[in-house]
Amino acid sequence: MNGTWLGRRDAVAKLLAALLVTAAVVTTLDPAASLTVIGVLLVLLPFTGLGLGTLWRRGWPILVSAAGIFGFTVLLGAQDSPVVAHVAGLDVRENAVGYALRLLAVGLPGFVVFATIDPTDLADSLVAHLRVPPRFAIGALAALRLAPLLAGEYQLIRLARRARGTKAGPFSTLFGLLVAAIRRGIRLATAMEARGFDRGEPRTIARDTRFGWMDALVVALGLTLAVAVIMLKFART
Amino acid sequence: MSTVEFRGFGWRHAGRKAWAIRHLDLRIEHGERVLLLGASGAGKSTLLAALAGLLAEDSGEQEGEVLVDGRDARRQRNTTGIVFQDPQTQLVMSRAGDDVAFGLENRGVPRAEIWPRVDAALSAVGFPYDRARSTAALSGGEQQRLAIAGVIALRPGLLLLDEPTANLDPEGAQLVRTAIAKVIQDLDATLVLVEHRVDEALPLVDRTVVIGDDPDAVWSPGAPLPARRAVTAPGEALLTAERLALPHTAAVVDEEVRAGQALAVEGPNGAGKTTLALLLGGLTKPRAGRVTASAALAGRDAGRPPHRWRARSLATRIGSVFQNPEHQFVTDTVRAELALGGASEATVDHLLQRLYLDRLALANPFTLSGGEQRRLSVATALAAAPRVLVLDEPTFGQDLRTWRELVTLLADLRDEGRALVLVTHDPQLVAAIGDRRLELRR
Amino acid sequence: MQTRWRTVDIVVASIIAVAFAGVFYAWNNLWNALESFALPWRAVIYGVWLIPAVLGPLVIRKPGAGLYTELVAATVSALFGSAWGLTVVVSGLVQGIGGEFGFAATGYRGYKLVNALVAGALSGVGAALFDLSVYYGDTFTAGQKWTYAALVVASGAIVAGGGSWALQRALSRTGVLDRFPSGRERVAV
Repeated sequence: MNGTWLGRRDAVAKLLAALLVTAAVVTTLDPAASLTVIGVLLVLLPFTGLGLGTLWRRGWPILVSAAGIFGFTVLLGAQDSPVVAHVAGLDVRENAVGYALRLLAVGLPGFVVFATIDPTDLADSLVAHLRVPPRFAIGALAALRLAPLLAGEYQLIRLARRARGTKAGPFSTLFGLLVAAIRRGIRLATAMEARGFDRGEPRTIARDTRFGWMDALVVALGLTLAVAVIMLKFART
Repeated sequence: MSTVEFRGFGWRHAGRKAWAIRHLDLRIEHGERVLLLGASGAGKSTLLAALAGLLAEDSGEQEGEVLVDGRDARRQRNTTGIVFQDPQTQLVMSRAGDDVAFGLENRGVPRAEIWPRVDAALSAVGFPYDRARSTAALSGGEQQRLAIAGVIALRPGLLLLDEPTANLDPEGAQLVRTAIAKVIQDLDATLVLVEHRVDEALPLVDRTVVIGDDPDAVWSPGAPLPARRAVTAPGEALLTAERLALPHTAAVVDEEVRAGQALAVEGPNGAGKTTLALLLGGLTKPRAGRVTASAALAGRDAGRPPHRWRARSLATRIGSVFQNPEHQFVTDTVRAELALGGASEATVDHLLQRLYLDRLALANPFTLSGGEQRRLSVATALAAAPRVLVLDEPTFGQDLRTWRELVTLLADLRDEGRALVLVTHDPQLVAAIGDRRLELRR
Repeated sequence: MQTRWRTVDIVVASIIAVAFAGVFYAWNNLWNALESFALPWRAVIYGVWLIPAVLGPLVIRKPGAGLYTELVAATVSALFGSAWGLTVVVSGLVQGIGGEFGFAATGYRGYKLVNALVAGALSGVGAALFDLSVYYGDTFTAGQKWTYAALVVASGAIVAGGGSWALQRALSRTGVLDRFPSGRERVAV
């Protein structure tokens, strides 16, 4: 994956850290807790090799969702929350801020984690450390590799329908895509079996999957942040 | 080096009435290099799959035996390696080195041994990049060579190649053939190769075997091919491409598509042939430059570029036939496909007959064989009676008989006054009916 | 009935999951666009997310297909970029379990329309329980919660259940499912 310190850490470690943080954040609507998480992630951003530009380009749906739920709650949400600000004649309450920030605090760790995890490393790590059956992990990985091809086929199928003279809707195109996807899947499965995939004997992993103290450190960091969030929540109620 | 023996072998895929292959007796000795030929649908791919032990017992019915080194092929999968024709769907991992290592991992080879064998296999096929190279960033020829590397890293005694160059441009095909020649020098393996381009495959083998009972359908060197160049002068320009920009290249295209003329568009993969086909077909919007249609072609849409025409009008003026026919199927039966644009019963019946699809009228289009699907997609484009026909690789995968039929049909259409645009790698197609050639470069 | 998954079962279930993860990407944006308008009512379109939990078992017909296909679809959609981050993986787990129950109840022997409808509804139950406890605990009134749950379950039954059933039958007619028991129902050609 990328060559940064975080990029080189074990995939399951990163996933576990992010899961811990997410689980903690999800239990509270406190804006302070969410802000802490967001702050820490922004501070860590340089270590992930992701620039703010990439964050914007790939993460804008998260911002849009947060803005959406902010707007909804301001206009239609419950009225029993303390008012935090008064903008343009509308009362901005704490719950609106809380929802919006929580969405960001939940979305960001997931985003960062997947941006620094290479799918192959994830599959290796799941097999090596969590005893996930290799046939399933690698099978899913192989199918994932075909995703860009499927996207390309979707475009072609859409154009092919225009060429046929029908303005067929997304369902027809989706069906065509499913047929093409399943066909490719069957050919891929055959090729994998031809290379000995399903022999029923233990596989080795060609890549290094050691779980070192630096990986444990990542988990510890996640745990610390999660605990901090929970403590903040209790301190402020 | 393995021996191969088929004794009265037959196979019928589940859900089919006809046998894919039947009553086959064949013996191949240690170290022989065999080229397998036969008509489309004669069962060559089934045969190779049987040798590779890939025909699961629950996926069909078997007669007779297929033996590798005297034992059932399914038990000898360890000594057999097979390379398929679609480069994209046989690569498993996203990095080149990891993909070659895949087979070794499956065999339980210890990690310390894996990477030296990977490196050896990569250099044996002349792979031009290092292990970290993304498999998605490879050309078709490079992907096929990678696939071969993945197979030979396992040191098979029997190497099977199922049309390895079918999806490649001539340059890629040549590189792959060179890699194969090099690999069989070093590897002690028996080779069975299926290829349509016989002339180029012959130097690699020392024996040819023809499967099936249709020798006329087999490409043989020196077989007479129809020559159907246009005899009348071309008519008006129905489509004009002006300063049309294509991706990945700085050059622009200025070209006219004329009635009664077949324009052959050639060039390596990645030079933009398919993009040009889509642009001329009115399916995508040009990034720079334009495609204009003559008043005679555009009718009521005169003045508007084809990509802005409504789909129904477009289909009656410019028909497009895609490389993968399955992309264009929208209905449940062959007859419904042809009737889709509102064609009359009479037209539908006529097309069914002309393209030998009448007995398949009620079959689901996806269940047709590759050659039948291609004929169907040409028929559906014709159903709307367009004056211009754009075809992307129309002769791909055709045996000699269906090739001849298709070429005759295309020539007849051209002689009726239509304009044809043929995007193709097939030099024989160009020789047979190409009236004008456009060469795209990368 | 064989319960061990073949390679082709694993890869095809995965690729159905990947294809739907792509659909989710588009569908997620629709969901968020509706956010400002009709919070509980947008549950009507919920069923699309639950399709893998029902389509997987209908195609593969082996234990675990509902859970696996939905979980992989959810995880891959998180990979593509989802506003809900990792919670979508847990969502997928719960939805997949719901779908799985639907087919486990018949001992993995029933794959007709009624089985699909039930599985879709159960997947919706899982989804509604998760969402209401994690996301909407404080936003909705009790009445709104029941509306949401009812809509999600109905959407699950109709869109995910009925839709997947129709989809599987259409796929079977094309012959593309011939390697699977779900494809053997079609007449020999």
